[in-house]
Formats: sequence, C-alpha cells, structure tokens
Amino acid sequence: MSGPVKFRLFSTDHKVIGLQYCFLGMIAVSTGVVLSLLMRYHLAWPKGHLPFIAGGIMTPEQYLALVTMHGTIMVFFVLTTAPQNAFGTYFLPLQIGAREMAFPVLNMLGFWLTFAAFVVLLAAFLVPGGAPISGWTAYPPLSGLGDITGPGEGAGQTLWLVSILIFCAGSIFSSINFIATTIDLRAPGMTLMRLPLTVWAWFFTSILILLSFSVLFAAGVLLLLDRSFGTSFFLPAGLVVTGQLQTHSGGSPLLWQHLFWFFGHPEVYIAILPGMGVTSQVLANFSRKPVFGYPAMVTTLGLIGLLGFGVWGHHMFVSGMNPYSGFSFSVLTMSIAVPSAAKTFNWLATLWHGKIQFKTPMLFALGFVSIFITGGLSGIFLAQPAVDNMLHSTYFVVAHIHLVMGVAAIFGIFASTYYWFPKMFGRAMCESLGRWHFWLTFVGTYCIFVPMHFLGVAGGIRRYADDSGAGYLAALQPLHTFMTVAALLTAAAQGIFFYNFFNSIKNGEIPGPNPWNANTLEWTVSSPPPPDNFGSEKIEVFRGAYDYSVPNSAADFIPQNAPFDSAYDTIPVTPQRES
Amino acid sequence: MTTRVKGSTLPAILFALVIVTLVVHVVVIFASGHFAAPGPITADARAVDHQFRLTLYLVGVLFVSTQLALVLGIWLFRDRGQRARFIPGNNALETLWIGAAIVLFLGLGALGRKAWAAVRYTGPETGSLQIEVTGMQFQFAFRYPGPDGRFGRLDPALISAATSNPLGIDPADPDGRDDIVTSGTLAVPVGKPVELLIRSQDVIHNFFVRELRLQQDAVPGLIVPVHFTADRVGQYDIVCTQLCGLGHQKMHATLNVMTESDYENFLKTQAASQ
Repeated sequence: MSGPVKFRLFSTDHKVIGLQYCFLGMIAVSTGVVLSLLMRYHLAWPKGHLPFIAGGIMTPEQYLALVTMHGTIMVFFVLTTAPQNAFGTYFLPLQIGAREMAFPVLNMLGFWLTFAAFVVLLAAFLVPGGAPISGWTAYPPLSGLGDITGPGEGAGQTLWLVSILIFCAGSIFSSINFIATTIDLRAPGMTLMRLPLTVWAWFFTSILILLSFSVLFAAGVLLLLDRSFGTSFFLPAGLVVTGQLQTHSGGSPLLWQHLFWFFGHPEVYIAILPGMGVTSQVLANFSRKPVFGYPAMVTTLGLIGLLGFGVWGHHMFVSGMNPYSGFSFSVLTMSIAVPSAAKTFNWLATLWHGKIQFKTPMLFALGFVSIFITGGLSGIFLAQPAVDNMLHSTYFVVAHIHLVMGVAAIFGIFASTYYWFPKMFGRAMCESLGRWHFWLTFVGTYCIFVPMHFLGVAGGIRRYADDSGAGYLAALQPLHTFMTVAALLTAAAQGIFFYNFFNSIKNGEIPGPNPWNANTLEWTVSSPPPPDNFGSEKIEVFRGAYDYSVPNSAADFIPQNAPFDSAYDTIPVTPQRES
Repeated sequence: MTTRVKGSTLPAILFALVIVTLVVHVVVIFASGHFAAPGPITADARAVDHQFRLTLYLVGVLFVSTQLALVLGIWLFRDRGQRARFIPGNNALETLWIGAAIVLFLGLGALGRKAWAAVRYTGPETGSLQIEVTGMQFQFAFRYPGPDGRFGRLDPALISAATSNPLGIDPADPDGRDDIVTSGTLAVPVGKPVELLIRSQDVIHNFFVRELRLQQDAVPGLIVPVHFTADRVGQYDIVCTQLCGLGHQKMHATLNVMTESDYENFLKTQAASQ
C-alpha cells in the first residue's frame, strides 16, 4: 500500500479496516457471481458440462446449494459488507471531521469476525453432503432436522448457521461503532443538519443493523438448538420425514419466518440506504447543485428505516399467517413507497437546472436512479396480498429483489468506488474504461432482469433446478437462455472494472486532493489521507455539505470548512451555529 | 471547459437511447400479453386479475413518466458550460408529490383489499366440498372424506408407504374407513364450491395453481383452509412453490375440474381401488 496509510493486517486504523472490508467484498462478490453464472448456465443448458461441479452435470441438490450460497454470500458478505462497512468505515470519520472511529479495536474485531464468518460459510462446500439446500432464508423444518431432509442439511447447514451467527456479532459491533462515532465525534460545527447524506444513510443503516441483526442472532441460536440439542422452537409434533417419525413437538415453523423477516426486510434497507446516500452525494456533486430538499432527504431515509421494521409480514402473505395481519402489512408496505417516491422525485429535481457532468461515478448514480425506479415499482405488485397470490415465489420476486436490492445497491457500490477511489489510493481510475464498464453493466443488467418479470408473470417458479415438473415451464425456456447469455456478457464486462481498479492503484493518474470539486471534509485532506486524518489541522465546519453554485461565489463549490465570506454568505456562519 | 462540454452530449444521448428502448420494450411486451398467466377459472381469480391490471396501469404510468423525466433531465441539463442554479428545495413541490404518492399508493392498496378478502377473510359457502391437501417430499396427496362426509383421524405414527397408508389414517376410526386418498390428481366438480384443507407432514410446501391465482403454503402443524369454485372444465397444473428439498421442482399434480357425473365416476373408481 502506497502513501501514508500503513497497511497492517491487524490494524485499528479505520481506513485500513475500510479497505479490508472492500477487498473482502470484492472476493465475496466474485464468488457470488461465479455461483450465479453456474446456476444460470444450468438453467439455460441443463445438460451442459460445468467446471467446479462434481460429476460435471449439475444435480438438483447442487443447484439448490448454489441458490443458498449465492443468496447468503451476496446478501451478507456483499450487500451488507461493502456499502456500509467498506465505505462507511473508511469515510464516516473523514466526513464528520473525526480522527478515528469511536472504538478502533471493536472496529478491527468487527472486520475479523466478518472474515471468519466468510471462511466458515465457504467451508460448507467442503463438508460431506455439501452446502445447505434450504435457501438463504433457511426455513425450518427443512433446515431444522439435519440431513434427513436432504443433502447439505447436515454439517453444511450447521456451518451456515454458525457463519451467520459470527456475521451477526461482527455487524452488531460495527453498527455500535458507527452510531457512537456519528453521535459523539463530529467536528465543531458539524451539526446534524450539516451532515452529508452519506453519513445520515450510514447512521440510519447502523440502527437498522443493530436492531435487526440482534433478532437474527437470537433466531439463529434457537435454530441451532433445534438442530443440535433437541429443542423444538420451530418444529411441530408429528413430522414424518422419509418415513421416520420425528421426536420434536410444540414448535412453530412460522415463528422462524417472523423472526427471520423481522431481520430480512430491514436488511433490504441496510443494503440500499447507503446507496441512496451516495447517490444523493454524487448527483449533487456532478450536477453542481445542492441536494434538492435536504431535510426531506434526511426524513425519508429515517422514515424508510422506521417503516422497514413494520413490513416483514409481506414476505408471509401466503405462509398461513392470519390474513388480516396480511392486509395491515400490505398497508404499511405501500406506505414505504411514499418516502421512496419522494426520494426519487428529489433526485430528479436535483438534476433540474443543474450542470450535469458525466464522470463515471455520476453515470452509476444516474443508473442507480433508473434501476431503483424499475425495481421499486415492481414492489407495488408484491405489496398487495391479492396480487402476491399469483406472483409469490415466481421469478417476478427474483427480478424485483435483484433490481432493487442487488443491482441498485451494486450501482451504489460502483458509484462509491469510482467516486472515492482517488481519495483511497491517491490515484484516479481510468475514465474511459469506467464509461465502458458502466454502459455494458447498465444495459446488461436490464437484459438479465427485465425478462425475469415476464417469466414470473407467466408462472415461472424460482428455486427450480429444472423444468421437469409442470409442463408449461418448458415453454418459458427461451427467456432463461436469453437471461443467461446476458448474465455471461455482463459478468465478463466486470473484468473491465477489476482491471481498471487494480491497474489504477499502480498506474492511475495522480489527481489533486479534491478532483471532483466536492465540499465534504474528506476532500480537504491529502490522498490517501494521513493516518490521523487531519494532522495538526484544526477542523471546523461552517456550512452544509451541498453548497454548490451558491450565488455570488466565484467557485461553484464551497467546502464545508470554508469560513464566513461576506461575498456570498448572507447570514453569519459560525462553527457552533445550530441549524 | 470546451472538452467537458463536448463530452456531455454522447452520454446524454446514450441514456436516452437505453432508457427509451427499455420503456418501449416493457410497455409493448406487457401490452402484447405474450407473457401472461393463463385465463382465470374462478371469480376470485378474475378479481385478482382485475387488481393486477389496475396495478399494471398505475405502475406503468409511473414507470414511463419517471424514466422519461430522468432522460429529459439528463438531456436538458447536461453540461454545456452553463452555471447551475442554486435551488435547495421547494416545500410546495415536496408536499405535492408526497401527497400524490400517499393517495395513489394507499388508494391502490385499499382497492386491493377486496380481492384478498374474498378468498381469505370469508369462509367457504355452506355445503362446500371438503378436500384435504397434504404436502410431502415430493408429492401432493388428496383426501376425500367419502360418503360419510367426515375425515378419519390421522396419526403420524401410522404413516407407512409399505402398508399404503401415506397419510397415517387410523384404521380404528370408522370415519376414516371410507376416506379416499389420491395422489397425482385433485378432482373437483365444475361449478361446485370446494374447500381445501392444506397441510404438510414434513417440511413446508406450497399449493399453487396459476388458473386459480392462488398460492398457499402447506405448513406442518397447521391446517390452512382456502376455497374456490372453478367454473371451467379442464386440467391445470398444481405446483409447489416453497423450497422443500432436492425434489422441489418435480413436485407436481394436476387439478382436474370435471363435470358432476365425471366427478362421481372418479370417486367411485378411486374408492374401489383403495
């Protein structure tokens, strides 16, 4: 690692830990993508021979193991790890003018627990029976009885659970750190309403992580007890599996679903809120305009997070849950569309009368808005229990979740990477490779996921290893083939990104400390930042994060630490002023 | 500055091209009806379709207008050397679109209540034909109560494939002696109200028939009732949509909606073979 940041394996420097999360995320996302390509290849050409697959031709249990591991790796080790922990850990202290996180050792511990969790998860591939086949949702009784319910449900499922428990602990540690840091370590003058929206997003996300991962942790412990110690939290009496009567009695399979989705739905917002934050930041930066409706943007981030805790039942409309609760969950879910729509309109309004500069981070932020609209609107169908009657568990759901949680969040990650790369490595990524990467990814992901909606409406069912069941499925095969080709091409295009990333670390152009003419505090220090972030410099904040194109100001940006200037400041600004 | 100005037209054109292509394809393909669920066979399924179409129209309008607004914004305000305007926000506009979103989304959600309530809030018509549906790895079993109209007691300890008692019907219970168990085919008479009692004996499964627009998980420990009146004779796929193990994708049966007389014959043949 070049520059003043000392890269040590067990460092407590938040910048080093941020980079460690970043590289862990890259390893995880590459693994997750390879697993998905194996699945997609199998769906298009079921008789095709595949690498990494024992026996060459994929069996149903191998397919389901890939379903489980792809989902788990992507949701936990990519969508939770990268937007929040990689970029948040690196930039939260810098953006609020702090020299470190509140608890540096806890920060380090959080990363290493996450890393350990990843290793334990991958180990599930290597044990007898292989990885679990119960999906990333791991519904009992399928996941609760051991390998009698299927291959991978023995040691593989246990390792999966242990991995999730370790991951929960790591995430909870890191979220406590984020919350304490945001509340206590802001520089003088960094009032709440001057925080960059990225900081607000990481802050709300931390609260979501703290509350939801604690519940998942508890649920995971209970499931482990059911599996290994003979308890019956989730297992009712009278189960007969492969002819054998089970001894459990008194548990409820729906209890797991309630606990799991109490975590699982907020998890969607854990993945996407940081992307919303960075999109707001980047749209303002490259439109050279303030974020439209900053107070509304803060409020809607909070509202989405808050309402996100009241909607978990929309995953359970057809689960046998009380149908009246189904309808109330539906109303709450529809309510989440309101702050989401408000955010979209505010993003569009941020562009209006701007001066849009199409740098690569901006391309991905604009792509985020388009993908978020597409993926978000399909949620309006699924939020209604009556319509969910026909769309539940079809590829329509897969399309929705991948666009709104997966692709949109990944676009946020790419926007963050291209945006902050010059700060993290002191060199710039190549713009023209960045543009190629964006356009291929933007078109490619739409080609993968738009047809998936049609597949779902026609009754294509997810988590099917092949179409040997219902006769009508074979007719939908051409859609699968199209999506697989699109997926292979889109994945190949990511090679451009990886080449650009690693090549630019060594050979990228050396930009100034503030290449994007941005206002937030991370751009006021050298690139990469010194170990204590701000050196002997006194940090004082005088204004909000998005003072772009302020009337009567010569430059079209005013950094947050720029003191009062009578040329454009109409009211006195002081670091202590509460707004 | 001139290079930056030059560089801003191509990306704006590309955005317009990609997003307009997307919008046109989505609208044309949905409008063509090429990919659609097959025709509904119950009044409740038609109510679901109605709500689906209503949602499709509203979402369609929002999708097209917001994507095109994005393209328009990108095109109009691309960097041509202008200075951006300092506009921190506008409370009137904010109130307007938040208000509109509340009315549209909550209104749509409220309209959807009816189609949900028809199947899930109200019970079946009195005199409905009861059929029990049991999910097991990896098949469905259907049990008819027989002439006495009563299901016999089940005891999981008696479940045995060898003695062809896949559901564990207690032979000591007289109610169970005339019960008819089938697998592979769920026969129901056309035009007659049917109540399904959905259960599972191992892991969670799901009962899904596209033409009924109805999915219901089969959860061990629960018996979940759903009801319908099929109004078209025909054969329809029953599939499992809840991941239940390595044979999940093969778990399949047929809903056979028959005329009254065919149905009676079906029961007789089945009863004889029990």
